[in-house]
Amino acid sequence: MMKQLSQRLLGPATLVLLGLTFWLGLWVTPPDRVQGDLVRLLYVHPAIAWVALYVSFGTATIASALYLWRRTRSYVMDRIAYCAMEVSVVFIVLTLITGSIWGRPTWGVWWAWDARLTSTAILGVLALGYLALRRANEDPALRARRSAVFAILSAINVPIIHFSVQWWKTLHQGATVFTSSRTVLVHGSMAWTLLFSFVGFTLLFFWLLRARYRLEVKREASSSAQLDEALASRRSEGTF
Amino acid sequence: MIRTALLVAAKDLRIELRSRVLLWQVVPFGVMALLLSGLALGPAHAGSSSAGPGLFYLVTLFVALLMINRSQAIESTPGTRASVATLGLDPAGVFLGKSLALCVELWATGLVLLAGAILVLHTALHGALVALPSIGVTLAAMAAAGTLYGALTAGGDGAATLLPVLTLPAFAPLLIAGERSFSAALHGGALWEWWVILAVALVVYLAIGVLLYGVLEES
Amino acid sequence: MTGDIDVVRLRDAVVLSNGFPLLSGVDLAIPSGSLSVVTGANGAGKTSLLRLLAGLVPLTSGVATVAGIDLAEGDLRQLRRRVGWLGHEGSFYDDLSVRENLVFAARALDRPTGEIGSVVERVGLTHRIDTTTRQLSAGQRRRLGLAWLLLRRPELWLLDEPYASLDDDGRTFFDGLLGDVVAGGATVVVSAHDPLRSAALSPRTILLAGGRVVNDSQ
Repeated sequence: MMKQLSQRLLGPATLVLLGLTFWLGLWVTPPDRVQGDLVRLLYVHPAIAWVALYVSFGTATIASALYLWRRTRSYVMDRIAYCAMEVSVVFIVLTLITGSIWGRPTWGVWWAWDARLTSTAILGVLALGYLALRRANEDPALRARRSAVFAILSAINVPIIHFSVQWWKTLHQGATVFTSSRTVLVHGSMAWTLLFSFVGFTLLFFWLLRARYRLEVKREASSSAQLDEALASRRSEGTF
Repeated sequence: MIRTALLVAAKDLRIELRSRVLLWQVVPFGVMALLLSGLALGPAHAGSSSAGPGLFYLVTLFVALLMINRSQAIESTPGTRASVATLGLDPAGVFLGKSLALCVELWATGLVLLAGAILVLHTALHGALVALPSIGVTLAAMAAAGTLYGALTAGGDGAATLLPVLTLPAFAPLLIAGERSFSAALHGGALWEWWVILAVALVVYLAIGVLLYGVLEES
Repeated sequence: MTGDIDVVRLRDAVVLSNGFPLLSGVDLAIPSGSLSVVTGANGAGKTSLLRLLAGLVPLTSGVATVAGIDLAEGDLRQLRRRVGWLGHEGSFYDDLSVRENLVFAARALDRPTGEIGSVVERVGLTHRIDTTTRQLSAGQRRRLGLAWLLLRRPELWLLDEPYASLDDDGRTFFDGLLGDVVAGGATVVVSAHDPLRSAALSPRTILLAGGRVVNDSQ
């Protein structure tokens, strides 16, 4: 009962929170003294990045680990991992786009060799690699096992990549552009907007995940109907 | 596990010695790639660039991809896979054995490429010798990672093209750590951070391979 | 082991590959110590059935036990160690010699390597023992496959079209060998598309079509 209600409210709650975020972010909150209107990206970019790097990739990794563990092994986990990874690709791309839009006026270039930017881009390749790996294996059990191992390997790789790029950068040049120009003092209406944006985008992720999951279940059901047909036609080869 | 590892490594190396794929195909490819890197730098920089370590690792990385493919191809003719599967070998041992063989092959190829870098890119001999331990560890980590990713893609559709997509992101930190420690050996500078990255990567890949290699094998 | 224990027991076994049912519901029981021939047209599912029994392809649905191991739940690695598989492809490391391939197998299975000489002699490959497998003819490869199995002495022998590419001499030798194996208590399942050959070989012929058993002479 509670579960059904919360599932039904997921969509509307997401829309309301994101609507509030956009309204507060675009009209109510003040521009920043240094960054001007650019500061409004604060209500979009960090929340999207949070969903991309932690919520969705984290969901996919945890579901993968649960699949590999014998006691919790089930195709539910495999499906969650797959769907979360697909949604995560969308959020990673959005993170890179919003980051670039913010970076252009701040740094003067669309791309900077910043640790976060570089490791996010590599994470995007990993997520795409995960989807490619799934397409390359037809046997569902093998596909589930291999993609689960790959997801876990990727999750372990991300911090290694992040630290290596960070050290690569800082050991060479000193402080990065990030620490100085992007620091913004957050207060009042800005804090609320930021909070709404984090919760709103997180809910959006779960909403998309749920929709994608349902679609996947339907797709599997339709392919199992095709399977019955294939079995019947295969058996009829035997009757002369 | 160790017995299986040594058995598999000896078998892989024996096959390599006999087929000479490494000698006649992989090494010439690496040497050519090194020459092309020099040409890409332009006449002004080809012999005097500080890009030597980076190019050395970039070439090694592509050569490693070929070698990982080769290491999996040995196992993946349909009949061989079936017969070897009926031997019921311990997967952790197979992983360690294949990694060990790949590592030895990478070391051998790495030495040739290093000599090439000294010769054509004018990398300082003394610095290259100082960098040897870090190169050894970087290539060992590449071998462990490569064996793992090779098994991930083995037998799937388009295995040869899928392998680079999955492997290169994982090689990025190894490339950085290897290149930086090589540069530090040439020009001085911080070192311990790179050893941390290399050691963590090596331990992670070995641990995951020992634990999960069996999960990756077909059927 | 006597004939009253079933080594193979399948109920409605289905095997899918890329959505295509290789096996579409096989019911089969094979008693231990017997010799059975699986026959049928091309694409009837003979090879798939043997591969399923060897633990080389996963069971999609149904119930299957081989040598007491449940194919859906059990340890397939354990199973593979106990069955012997001889496929139609050349099934060895091409760049290793006959001897090296057999030494590798013996070491992997913790068997003494001393037997290799006698096993190779038995299959008639002594003069080729140091030749790389790549240089062997199809029939000689088949003989190497047999040597590999003789070295392993599995309890269940699964031979996929073993007569293909064997000369007359080889076939006679092979028939004698299978007799010895069954007399020694092992179970043998052979696939053959030649009905005459299969009738001569064993009283039990299992006819497959469309991925299931359509006639069982027993």
